[in-house]
Amino acid sequence: MLVNGKSSNHELMKAENAKETSLRALMIAGLGGDGAAYGTLLSELSVHLRAYYRGKLVRAGRETEETEDLVQEALIAVHTRRHTYDPTRLLTPWVYAIARYKLIDHLRRHQPTLKNVPIEDAPEIIAADDSRAADSHFDLNKVLARLPDKIRLAVQYVKIDGLSVVEAAARCGISESAVKMNVHRGLKQLRAMISRENSR
Amino acid sequence: MKTEQLIDLLSTNLEPVDTQKVVRSLSIATVAGLVLASLICIVTLGMRPDLNNPGVLGFLFIKVGFAAVVSILGWRLLLKHTRPGGENHSRIFSAGAPFVALLALAALNLILVPASHWGQLLAGERLLQCVLSIPIMAVVPFAAIVWAVRNAAPTNLLRTGALAGLVAGGIGAMAYALHCPNDSLPFVAFWYGGAIVLCTLAGAALGPRLLRW
Repeated sequence: MLVNGKSSNHELMKAENAKETSLRALMIAGLGGDGAAYGTLLSELSVHLRAYYRGKLVRAGRETEETEDLVQEALIAVHTRRHTYDPTRLLTPWVYAIARYKLIDHLRRHQPTLKNVPIEDAPEIIAADDSRAADSHFDLNKVLARLPDKIRLAVQYVKIDGLSVVEAAARCGISESAVKMNVHRGLKQLRAMISRENSR
Repeated sequence: MKTEQLIDLLSTNLEPVDTQKVVRSLSIATVAGLVLASLICIVTLGMRPDLNNPGVLGFLFIKVGFAAVVSILGWRLLLKHTRPGGENHSRIFSAGAPFVALLALAALNLILVPASHWGQLLAGERLLQCVLSIPIMAVVPFAAIVWAVRNAAPTNLLRTGALAGLVAGGIGAMAYALHCPNDSLPFVAFWYGGAIVLCTLAGAALGPRLLRW
């Protein structure tokens, strides 16, 4: 998009600031355990991440089918590292740094000789959006099936069926903290499997 | 898998998280590293026997103080680097300030004495032991710091690794100072400084491999 003149530049900055403010509020609510706000945040981020990755993959001469894999990898990274977000700072540069890190990681795994990954400013990540979601290359059920039974059940009950931790603990016959631990481990293993799958 | 599905998975029964966890685990790892390194030095090399001499004790404070300043400056930079994008708002070269300051003092010291004393001031006793011991003492703190940083999310692994090496080197120097028999500014500036720089380079080399997530 071409921006001409001071006023439209100013408008664009204002829109970006408003976006940042709303995303950051969602993130802070999510850090406190508000799942609904967090889901909204991830949906909004996925739209921006998709546009970002599609553009970068095209420029790097890669297939755009990898876009959705990268979007999901970045979302999982945002999720598992959300405790590293400092709520006193801007959210956009934090998300951008993760997105870029995952992109470089992905490209390195595919092109060992790659030297140049384009570097640009953080605002780019919220300046573009793309809601054409596609399926990623991995099948959640297949990946889940590879998890150990205890862990798979905990993830299934708590994260997919949406049972409370107390209910899941009763069904699995283990303590609540053990359920939480299993869910945590499960997500960690899922992430590892997904990145391995993507690097094929 | 559809991205919507993944988002549902991640946001269902969301657990609250503690954003202070990064600072806390890095602090614990650093303090534990310092305690362990000091114990290792005391047990394997032993404390300096002549610490009841006020001059010797004073110089011990200079050595520990230099290493502490290096570690504290490095630690603050390291903490920034453990968060994604943190490398963008930190002045990494400020970590070099204590080295430059001590080198300037050492140069002044050398200018003030006749050139025939320079060899003695620079080489001191057991030079090799010093240059080797500091990196060895730094191994345990480095491992502890790497463990803490791996639970965070650094996005510039080379720099983060270098800073982890710098802090660990500073801690190693603090520990080794308890034993070190050399009391000369040029010695500390060159060999303590050199050993810490060595640790920093080792950290930079290991960072991309150890800190990937």
